[in-house]
Formats: sequence, structure tokens, C-alpha cells
Amino acid sequence: MPEPMGFYTDTTVCIGCKACEVACKEWNQLPAANGGRRELSGDSYDNTRRLDGIHWRHVKFVEQFSEDRSQERWLMMSDVCKHCVRAACLEVCPTGAIIRTEFDTVVIQADVCNGCRMCIAACPFGVIDINHASGTAQKCTLCYDRLQAGMVPACAQACPTQSIQFGPIRELKERAQRRVKQLHVLGEPRARLYGADESMLGGLNAFYLIADEPEVYGLPRDPQLPTRNLFKSATLSTVGAALVALLGVVSFRKRRMDQRV
Amino acid sequence: MSDTFFTASPHWTWWIILYFFVGGIAGGAVMLATLLRLLGKPEDQPIARLGYYLGLGGAAVSGLVLTIDLERPLRFWHMVFQSHTGLPMFKAWAPMSVGVWGLMLFGAFTLLAAAGAAAEEGRLPWPRLHILAEGALGRGIGVLASLFGLFLAGYTGVLLAVSNRPIWADSNWLGILFLFSAASTAAAALLLLATRTGHGADAAATWLARFDRRVLVLELLALIAFVVSLGQVARVLVGGWGVLLLLGVVGLGILTPLVRPEPHVRAARLVLVGGFLLRTVVLLASAPIHAAGAGVTLR
Repeated sequence: MPEPMGFYTDTTVCIGCKACEVACKEWNQLPAANGGRRELSGDSYDNTRRLDGIHWRHVKFVEQFSEDRSQERWLMMSDVCKHCVRAACLEVCPTGAIIRTEFDTVVIQADVCNGCRMCIAACPFGVIDINHASGTAQKCTLCYDRLQAGMVPACAQACPTQSIQFGPIRELKERAQRRVKQLHVLGEPRARLYGADESMLGGLNAFYLIADEPEVYGLPRDPQLPTRNLFKSATLSTVGAALVALLGVVSFRKRRMDQRV
Repeated sequence: MSDTFFTASPHWTWWIILYFFVGGIAGGAVMLATLLRLLGKPEDQPIARLGYYLGLGGAAVSGLVLTIDLERPLRFWHMVFQSHTGLPMFKAWAPMSVGVWGLMLFGAFTLLAAAGAAAEEGRLPWPRLHILAEGALGRGIGVLASLFGLFLAGYTGVLLAVSNRPIWADSNWLGILFLFSAASTAAAALLLLATRTGHGADAAATWLARFDRRVLVLELLALIAFVVSLGQVARVLVGGWGVLLLLGVVGLGILTPLVRPEPHVRAARLVLVGGFLLRTVVLLASAPIHAAGAGVTLR
């Protein structure tokens, strides 16, 4: 068994070149959006806008301006499937299409998925969507095919600034923690890791170094598993079912008594 | 902002709304039919039989629209058998997996109950099937079909809650709300069917109307609890969806039939409209929400 592998994405060195997006699309043979017609977002320099079935890497542009637009800050973050150790998508998939690999990554088997879309609703990060070319739910596989051949994932190999680093999770975490300390010393007190420890869904095997609150990057502060609601919801519904049945029986009895009178 | 706002929509729209509506009616109708069968008199049995037919029709439609809604409909069986090993596919903690089995078992027992009812009426070329409607066997089939029917009526709300989508995962009240709504729409649909077939003046029809009014009260309470449980998230209902919920679901679908229960047929129609609108609002109000994050204002 190989040890758990993953991504450490240092957003502070991302330059928004989108080489990772292109490399991902090329390697995984993902189709163009809108059948190749160019569609501009109109309110951002980013025209990809979000992760979906045909965009497994997405460089988010966080374009911030002051009220009078005299000051601005640009944050960039190459977003990807988080390959959660406790994965919401895997938990709810009714076909068993979603599996955990020997690299501790999460993969959707395209030959098993039937496109019910439960995983899309379950993912706390909005990573998954349908790829209409295959008619199945798709997302980053952490280049499972390349990993099996001992290669580095396409995005990490293409990244020119080492914002995307690939390797054994244990090593990546040590490297990331050193980098956070360095940034604090350099006067970036807001620098922090996102998903690097086990408190978040057992740990994200694609974790981040970010320089502001998670929400600024479109990340949930405290992502949860869908089954957190299962017990309460199911119990309440069972109580409801008992009430309806009881109401039926009682109203029947009442009818009988009315008829006797 | 709720963490659910950062997720993506599963594009469950009209087919799923239709399934939630029809599946609820089917499950509720079979439960009502079994009550009439177990506790009722001989003159109640025509409406009991209609309940089983309604349940069977609803189960068939449910299976059909669920299959159509899949991106790969021919792979519907991947939810029943593991496509690689052929072993049964079942996850007790995944509502959709449990729901597939629940719907199938509901369909199977309802088929038996409906076959027994049809044989009783002499509608089938196999008259001996009437044993399916008689004695301990008939009661057992009816009770099992009803238990799966009640499951079908409520699990859809639990399925929505066991996700990470806005509104759905922000409350634990959707299951019980859908269950009450299923019971009220089932009584309404059965009442309309009874009227259509000349049984509108039966004592059982009057009982259905009275049962419906009581369930509507429960439904209203569950709806209030649901909206309150949303907390801050309830703000997304401010606007068109909230108006539809207030006027369509509460006004037309619950309060009007409660305040003006006569004539039964009009009240029943309004209950059906309200039940359909409830599922429409719950599914479609959540759909467009996707926070890309990144407030554009620099702090």
C-alpha cells in the first residue's frame, strides 16, 4: 500500500496563469464549455467561474476593491476536489460508484455512476457536477491513472510557481506548516492552513494555505458530512408516521361511535 | 452565511418534484386503504380497493420518472445490484439507497394488494388471486404495504436533509413535513377518485375528508416548525418563493380547505395544488443558490 498522497496548494504564490486548468483538461480529455463558443463572465477576469463536470481544476480570482477603488487586492486560488478523508460524496453514493483508492484519494468510477446526482448535493465544497459527454458525475481523480504509473498529477506538473505541490500528505503538511510560520514572520498574520488537520472531515487530502478567512475564497468554514442530519430527520419522520397512523385509527373509532349514536 | 451556500445544485427539478408528489400520494393512499380494509365495514371496501389501485399506479409512475431523471437511465439497476460483482447494493446510511429498496418493496406489496382487490372485484382472469385480499394473508400484505408506504411518504424529505444544500440540510423538519403533506394529498386524491367513480357519498369518503382536515393542521404546524428551524437561511425565501409558500401552500392548500371544507371536491383539489407547490418551492428555491465566495469589497 502506498502512503496517502495529495495536494498542498499554497495560494500565496499562485499567479492565476491557469496552466493547471489547461493541463487538467488536456490530460483528462475534458470537453470545452459551451461547445467551444467563447463566453465571458463579464464581471471578472476569470471566465471559468466554478468547478464542475468538465472543469476539475479552477483558478478562482478573488478580486477585491475598496469603496473608492483606490486600493485593490487580488487573491488567486487553484481550487480542486478536496479528496476528504471522510468524504460526503462517497458516503451518500447509492451505486458504489465512488471509491477510495490505495492513495487515499476519492474517485468516481465513470462505468458505474448512473447520474443520480446525489453526490453533487452532498459535496460540502460544490466540487462535483455532471459531465454531459459521459452522462456521469465527474470531478478531479487526482490523476489516478498517472499515480498508478508513478507520475505526478498533470496540474502539479504544469504549475510554474509550485503553488500546487503533490506528494505524501505527511511531508506536505510539514512543508505547509513551515511556510505558514515564514509568512507570519514576513508580516502576513492572516496566513493559515485550511483542511490540513483531522478536525475538518478527517483531513482534506487536498489542503490549502490561504491568506484570509475561508469564506473570502468561497470555502465553507466548518464543512460537515450529510449524515449529521440523518438520525434527527429520520426520528422526526418516524414520529410523524406514527402520528398519521394513530390519527387514522382514532378518527375511525370516532366515526364508529358517531354512527352508533 | 450558512456553510450550505458554498455547495452546488444537483439539478433535481420537475421529474423529482413530480416523484415527491406522486410517491407521497401513493404511499399515503395505501395506508388509508389498509385502514379502511382492517377497520372498515363491507361498504367501505370499494374505496379501499381504489386506494390500492392508486398506490400501484403511483408506484409505477414513481419508478418511471426516477429512471427518466437519471443521466444514464439504463444503469438504474446499479442502485440495486453492484455492477461489478452482481451482489446487492445497499447502504443503510444513504437515504437514496434505502429509498430505492423501500420503493421496490412498496411496489411489490402494493402489487399484491391491488391484485387481491382486483380479483375480489372479478376484474382479473385469475379469480383465485382473491386470497391475496382475504384473512391473515390479506391483512399482512396490507400492513406491510402501508409500512413501506409511510416510509415512501417521508424518506424523500430525509434524503434532502442528508445533503449539504441550502434549505434542505439546514433543517431536520422536511421529512415529517413531506410525510404529513403526503397523508393529506393522498386523502384528497383518494376522495377525488372515489367521487369520480360514484363513491363520493360513501361514509368512507366523508371519513377521508375529516381525516384530511386533521392532517392539514399537523402539516401547518410542521411547516411553521420547518421555516423557524431554518433560522437565518429562511431569508432566501423572502421574495417569489416565500410568496408562493405563503399564498399557494398555506393559503390555498391548507387554510382554505380548513376554513371552507365544503364542497369536499373543491377542498381536495386545493390540497393537491398545495402539496405540489410545497415540493416545488422546497426543490426550486434551493436550486440557484451558489456562493462563489469572495466579497468584492476590500476590508
